[in-house]
Amino acid sequence: MALSRLSSRSNGIARPFSAAFNRFISTDTTPITIETSLPFTAHLCDPPSRSVESSSQELLDFFRTMALMRRMEIAADSLYKAKLIRGFCHLYDGQEAVAIGMEAAITKKDAIITAYRDHCIFLGRGGSLHEVFSELMGRQAGCSKGKGGSMHFYKKDSSFYGGHGIVGAQVPLGCGVAFAQKYNKEEAVTFALYGDGAANQGQLFEALNISALWDLPAILVCENNHYGMGTAEWRAAKSPSYYKRGDYVPGLKVDGMDAFAVKQACKFAKDHALEKGPIILEMDTYRYHGHSMSDPGSTYRTRDEISGVRQERDPIERIKKLVLSHDLATEKELKDMEKEIRKEVDDAIAKAKDCPMPEPSELFTNVYVKGFGTESFGPDRKEVKAALP
Amino acid sequence: MAALLGRSCRKLGFLSSGHGARRSVSTETGKSLNLYSAINQALHIALDSDPRSFVFGEDVGFGGVFRCTTGLAERFGKNRVFNTPLCEQGIVGFGIGLAAMGNRAIVEIQFADYIYPAFDQIVNEAAKFRYRSGNQFNCGGLTIRAPYGAVGHGGHYHSQSPEAFFCHVPGIKVVIPRSPREAKGLLLSCIRDPNPVVFFEPKWLYRQAVEEVPEHDYMIPLSEAEVIREGNDITLVGWGAQLTIMEQACLEAEKEGISCELIDLKTLLPWDKETVEASVKKTGRLLISHEAPITGGFGAEISATILERCFLKLEAPVSRICGLDTPFPLVFEPFYMPTKNKILDAIKTTVNY
Repeated sequence: MALSRLSSRSNGIARPFSAAFNRFISTDTTPITIETSLPFTAHLCDPPSRSVESSSQELLDFFRTMALMRRMEIAADSLYKAKLIRGFCHLYDGQEAVAIGMEAAITKKDAIITAYRDHCIFLGRGGSLHEVFSELMGRQAGCSKGKGGSMHFYKKDSSFYGGHGIVGAQVPLGCGVAFAQKYNKEEAVTFALYGDGAANQGQLFEALNISALWDLPAILVCENNHYGMGTAEWRAAKSPSYYKRGDYVPGLKVDGMDAFAVKQACKFAKDHALEKGPIILEMDTYRYHGHSMSDPGSTYRTRDEISGVRQERDPIERIKKLVLSHDLATEKELKDMEKEIRKEVDDAIAKAKDCPMPEPSELFTNVYVKGFGTESFGPDRKEVKAALP
Repeated sequence: MAALLGRSCRKLGFLSSGHGARRSVSTETGKSLNLYSAINQALHIALDSDPRSFVFGEDVGFGGVFRCTTGLAERFGKNRVFNTPLCEQGIVGFGIGLAAMGNRAIVEIQFADYIYPAFDQIVNEAAKFRYRSGNQFNCGGLTIRAPYGAVGHGGHYHSQSPEAFFCHVPGIKVVIPRSPREAKGLLLSCIRDPNPVVFFEPKWLYRQAVEEVPEHDYMIPLSEAEVIREGNDITLVGWGAQLTIMEQACLEAEKEGISCELIDLKTLLPWDKETVEASVKKTGRLLISHEAPITGGFGAEISATILERCFLKLEAPVSRICGLDTPFPLVFEPFYMPTKNKILDAIKTTVNY
């Protein structure tokens, strides 16, 4: 019964786990205060405090979910190499703290929209592993019915607006969602995520201007992993201080590898956005993999740099140290947790592999609204083969 | 499935030379190169022959994501070959300005799917510059290169064929090569053409297509279509990577006694109407094939023009075998693509009309 509170957190993920774990997972919600690793740097606003309110339940939850995300991405790597995932696959390992910290600060009524590195954000929004792997492998059970693939995950009931391929194009969309939220008096905000490469797109500034003009509850989050594909940020941007690029819009620079800093910043941003209008968050984060599975990730950065970040700033390691230092679990228990996660991921993959591909007729569905009526001809255009639904 | 086989067939016996009328360059021997190497060679020659030419775009400095710009930055310096930030509209606008000052700006858009932010610059600025300034200014030195077309698993945003959008704009030229040898000659012509040109490169063929490419500087004229295979029963018109598929269909049709004439359009805007017209007047039937969706695709323009010019000579309606009217799909790519079997089917239907 105490355990069930944990499992209600994210559907589909926690259930098998909580049953197997027999030591009491602390579902203690007595507050623990965590200090963020670095202070926040602010632009045109007062930075929030470095002390973050948390609880043992949240700490363990962070660890579990981030470990799950990490395992999921590594598994996706192997699946891609085995050619079960085709197309493009952009992995998020290293950046998990952003996804998890953001979720901890907001509700499912707040919207998130991001670019193509969306697997973990989808999971954070309540997506299940089965949906993730099915979509990656193009199966029917996928969240986009197998028609989207890695770059196009969506979850309407959790206000997750995807999953976009064209860099920068999602930001004006996010501002539009924020407008709708304000118009409908929903007391909710939209987080529009983009990368350091996308930060140089013109449409971003157009959307920012509009949001600031109309005081929209839009929070623009730059996930700065310092490389736009293979181009280092200093080679693409005159001012790599992305949090300042809003000029007249306030900004906050956050250590994106510290889940608690992310949580604090997102909470701060949400309050700001509801009250005053747009704000920019820059998450200083890092990805271990290359830009996508076609990129080894080592031609434009040294292996030392990657392993350096892994040793010093890894988000999961940080949470692990906190868990151990607050005596919420032992090393062995955490290792067992990781084993459980590995099994869960393997099970989800096996289940997804058994799932069928979409029906051929699905090629034509959802091009237009159903019933709009378009015809599809056979190869010689003489015979009507099908009416597009 | 058929698409997979079709794709693997590209590696062997690429569009074989020897069929039909060929230009002198095609009989020369050279080094065996693939498409990206041929384009690379063309760029080296272009930059070498004109000190006021520049190559820029996203990631071109290290060679580009498809290696077309390898070695250029090292040889010509970072002042002439440089990376831009991620902003297509900015890149093309910048290129137009550079070209307006009399330079040759060779812009790379990383994938044709990303060219749309720059669409306004191309259509409203580049295409109309000479016209609206009464010939005082022009951006003829502008050449925009972009990889286009299906690649087997590219999905919605790495497989599009946007040539039809650009063919609708008077003031620019649209050129699509079919093979390494053609690509080198056509690209050099595009760069040296005094009009802004959009050059689409079939990304599928970057590594797959290997051909003997002469090492010297040569140009293949624009707006001249080429009959790459002669026949009497039906004319097939295509461009780019699709020609390989069409040639396979032609070979199969030949086994059934249908003699097909295959034309590579090369330049889509302005296109060589005379060659196609002469061919259709001979055969009396026309089939057009392209990867882009059928409605509003460039095949419609060819069909309408030929109908005007050859109405009484046509034995059957013009047939178009193209991509379907859906966004370019992910898992459904084999169904979407205009495959060899669809073309063969249409050839037979048209001939037996």
